[in-house]
Amino acid sequence: MKVRFAGFGGQGIVLCGVVFGQAAMLDGKRSIQTQSYGSASRGGLTRSDVCIQADEIYDLLYEEIDVLVAMSQQSCDAFLPGLLPAGHLFYESDMVTPNAEWSGHSLGINATDLAFKQLGRKVVANMIMMGFVNGALGLVSHDALVATVKQKVPPGTGALNIEALGLGIDHARAARAT
Amino acid sequence: MNIIEAIGGRELFTQGDVACAYGALLGGCTFFAGYPITPATEVAEAMSRLLPKIRGVTVQMEDEIASISAVIGASWAGRRAMTATSGPGFSLMMEGIGYACMTETPCVIVNVQRSGPSTGQPTEPAQGDMMQARWGSHGDNELIVLAPNSVQECVDLTRLAFELADRFRNPVFVMTDGEVGHMREKIVLPAAEEIDIRPRPAPSTPPGEFVPFKAVKGKVPEMASFGTGYHTYVTGLTHKESGLPTTDNAEEHTGLIRRICEKITDATDELTRVEMDQDDGATVGIVSYGISSRSAAGAVRLLRAEGMKVSHLRLVTVYPFPERVIRDFAAPLSRVLVPELNLGQICHTVREALDGAAAVEKVSKIGGEIITPDEIVEAVLSSGEPVKV
Repeated sequence: MKVRFAGFGGQGIVLCGVVFGQAAMLDGKRSIQTQSYGSASRGGLTRSDVCIQADEIYDLLYEEIDVLVAMSQQSCDAFLPGLLPAGHLFYESDMVTPNAEWSGHSLGINATDLAFKQLGRKVVANMIMMGFVNGALGLVSHDALVATVKQKVPPGTGALNIEALGLGIDHARAARAT
Repeated sequence: MNIIEAIGGRELFTQGDVACAYGALLGGCTFFAGYPITPATEVAEAMSRLLPKIRGVTVQMEDEIASISAVIGASWAGRRAMTATSGPGFSLMMEGIGYACMTETPCVIVNVQRSGPSTGQPTEPAQGDMMQARWGSHGDNELIVLAPNSVQECVDLTRLAFELADRFRNPVFVMTDGEVGHMREKIVLPAAEEIDIRPRPAPSTPPGEFVPFKAVKGKVPEMASFGTGYHTYVTGLTHKESGLPTTDNAEEHTGLIRRICEKITDATDELTRVEMDQDDGATVGIVSYGISSRSAAGAVRLLRAEGMKVSHLRLVTVYPFPERVIRDFAAPLSRVLVPELNLGQICHTVREALDGAAAVEKVSKIGGEIITPDEIVEAVLSSGEPVKV
């Protein structure tokens, strides 16, 4: 399972990949996280890939992905062509309009707006998105995801981040129900 | 605080650069000097966080020449010492590395290779410093060069590098790259009670009788750290066994240089670490190292799934070059491919070792992306023309 988180620098994109990679490890799977690294990660197009599978991972560079999580229009435009037809697109619905040619599965969430209006901090939009993605696909176990987020976020922000994660999971549940 | 407490756990999901720092601590390193450079900076960052917790010292120097010099000085002061850099810094360090070879100073240099020459592509992985690692410093010398292909190996081989540096009194290089350095994977560290770090042993003879550059065990002399009561004169000039310079005596120069080279080359078999995956009946093989070896292993799997026979030899120790192992590996083969993130470096060494016994083809890739299993498959299936991917 190859998952690409993409957006612009400052959205916490790299952290998304790191969290899923570490959570997969806690679940007993193999995982590798790689990322774009350069001036772009300070404001331009940025990506964080995580590959999760049961056996040895040899291929570290891939054009075809199973899941794309796009937090900006630029990143959606850049990486949607690599999403496999049976893949899943998740997008920040206030910032991204998926290319009309994409006919596969897609789910949008206004993560940044929700973060600001319901939790008072735009910065946790990535947590909402992570909860949303995992709520929909169950890439990693809930316990591993929560444990990893608690460990990775700055001291004193655990509760806020877990709340944001929960908000994303709730929205995935609601989306599934419809 | 013990090392595992300082690191914060035994099972971690971390970057190759950080893993090199963990490996260094496990190898007994208590001194790091370096200058920040992408993609190696995280090694220095990790060392600056970790070493103060175990009474070690990290110093940010003014440049890489100062960094390697500080490492050499710390080693003579009895510390196990390391620096980490990338291509441009590695170039600057060559003077000091030669000095470390000549003065038989144990030290570890991590080179997180990026795309060169010059400042090149700072954020992109490459394997373009492999010839420089062996031949970059002037004069005759030998280096021990290890090439990890995973985050776990960044731990294990950096740890090993310290053991080898002490045992052979020589610089040891850990040649990683921007991909391995920045990617994150699971690592498992030993339990605290399994970590046994002892200070470098004092010479077996007392001060007064000790001859600082006289080989006692094989061709390696014992080392007396400064401040332990032993008198040692250290110079980059050709020196007698006493350490004092002797610059116009052919016999003494020849004896010294042959000894410092042969202490490594005589131990080639002992130093050789490879992963051999031979396929009975195969006539095509791949020789790989570092990050490209991971893609090569993937390529082998893809080729075998298609019913093709192919063998794979991965060099974990790149130098001293395991010529005998390469020749044995290639004996049944007519073609040997060498995938590298450069325009052809180790392929030349393989070709020299095989001396025509098999056709050696380079599979080169530069530009900042690692070579993929599919690209190696394509090269294997091609007619044998040199492949540029």
